[in-house]
Amino acid sequence: MKFRSVFEIIGPVMIGPSSSHTAGAARIGLVARDLFGRQPEWATIHLYGSFAETYKGHGTDVAIIGGLLGYDTFDERIRTAFEDAERLGMSFEFIAEVEEMDHPNTAKLVIGDKEGVMELIGISIGGGTMEVIELNGFPLRLSGHFPALLVVHDDRAGVIANVSNAIAAQDMNIAHMEVGRKEKGKMALMVIEVDQVVNDELIEELRALPNVTQVSTLAN
Amino acid sequence: MDVLFSNVKELVEVAEKEQQPISEIMIRQEMLLTRRSREDIVAQMENNLAVMESSVEEGLKGVHSSSGLTGGDAVLIQNYMKTGKSLSGELLLDAVSKAVATNEVNAAMGLICATPTAGAAGIVPGTLFAVKNKLNPTHEQMVNYLFTTGAFGFIVANNASISGAAGGCQAETGSAASMAAAAIVEMAGGTPQQSAEAFSIVMKNMLGLVCDPVAGLVEVPCVKRNAMGAAKALVGADMALAGVVSVIPTDEVIEAMHKIGQSMPSALRETAKGGLAATPTGKALEAKIFGKDKESRDTVTK
Repeated sequence: MKFRSVFEIIGPVMIGPSSSHTAGAARIGLVARDLFGRQPEWATIHLYGSFAETYKGHGTDVAIIGGLLGYDTFDERIRTAFEDAERLGMSFEFIAEVEEMDHPNTAKLVIGDKEGVMELIGISIGGGTMEVIELNGFPLRLSGHFPALLVVHDDRAGVIANVSNAIAAQDMNIAHMEVGRKEKGKMALMVIEVDQVVNDELIEELRALPNVTQVSTLAN
Repeated sequence: MDVLFSNVKELVEVAEKEQQPISEIMIRQEMLLTRRSREDIVAQMENNLAVMESSVEEGLKGVHSSSGLTGGDAVLIQNYMKTGKSLSGELLLDAVSKAVATNEVNAAMGLICATPTAGAAGIVPGTLFAVKNKLNPTHEQMVNYLFTTGAFGFIVANNASISGAAGGCQAETGSAASMAAAAIVEMAGGTPQQSAEAFSIVMKNMLGLVCDPVAGLVEVPCVKRNAMGAAKALVGADMALAGVVSVIPTDEVIEAMHKIGQSMPSALRETAKGGLAATPTGKALEAKIFGKDKESRDTVTK
């Protein structure tokens, strides 16, 4: 089931004019910011399919920038997101791509600052609901239905055990877990969906674990 | 994970077996799927209802989009309605004007609640706040109206699509009008099966509707499709309450909508390349709003 809540049908409460092209786009931006953990200094946004054809009329561009600034779908500041980005020191660029993707509403966000760069591909699947399908080159499926932990780590023995032990110690239940790596022994990514909201204590604990390079969270 | 229903047949069966309205089955399914409390779930829906009411109110005052393509029609229809000369009836026109009001607010980048999408956001509140004057529902019944629309929308979203880019306008205003028809039936005292019949009757008349927004904006023809969607929802509900049934079962109608959506060319799925968007006037309006060279379009950010 792609849709798991009545509020994905009756909802979201949002700034118009399009649930898929405005609200879904804002959520892709917002999730990217959450995963990056801070406001990026720059953003390059590639749009595909219907996003590329109609983004200006639908406010897809202001919505994604609004999301990157931390604005939710109902935040009226989405309307002034471009001006706000300039004031807050975030530069951005939109590229309408001609390449066809599997889903008609696809966006690739490349965001960064002096500390690092992150690349995320999100799809807006209708009614304001979105999914992240790729993060830093790792294919994944992240719906935002559950609170989630994303742990980037070196591909070494014991890392997964350490992370799951730390989660278990918080009396937290894992709903779904995926582990992927690009190349043996190099960088790997754990996506862990949990039943409860993740607390800061756990995040700090995970960051302190050996071979863990980055920890991001996604609230439900 | 266990669910109470994943199609309309199951939804009606559970409602009949439990002797509960569809809205109650939706609330129970939501509790099961999200593990949230009933109070939390109902409170969120009450908030959505409040947003819908304020969108209707704002639209009835008269709003205009920044492109200038839409706005002010809700007021025109309300004024005409009050002359007492309307041919289609006051309740129907009231629903139409309130649907238009919501979509005019949406087009002006105002605050709305998507039902199931923003482009189709007028139909559910438009019908609700019109039927309200005739049926005098309690606050709880009004909230339940939204849960009933949500139950049907949930099935369409999971078994077909509610996205214009994936399935055309039939997936958006088609779904919204069919969902509203089902909820009107429940509020008027009809059975769960009659809600399903109303859904089918309306959806069958939305099949094949393409998504062809002029200049890619959610304005032309979206606002008027919400108007007609509200009208169809009311007529479909009346037909089902009269005892008319759909020959094709609801789940098969939904499947047909899905397959029609999949076979629609991409020009007719929210790309602004076909249909009304590709008419001489549609193209001229696009050029006027964004300038001829698409790459150098100025952004509309009001």
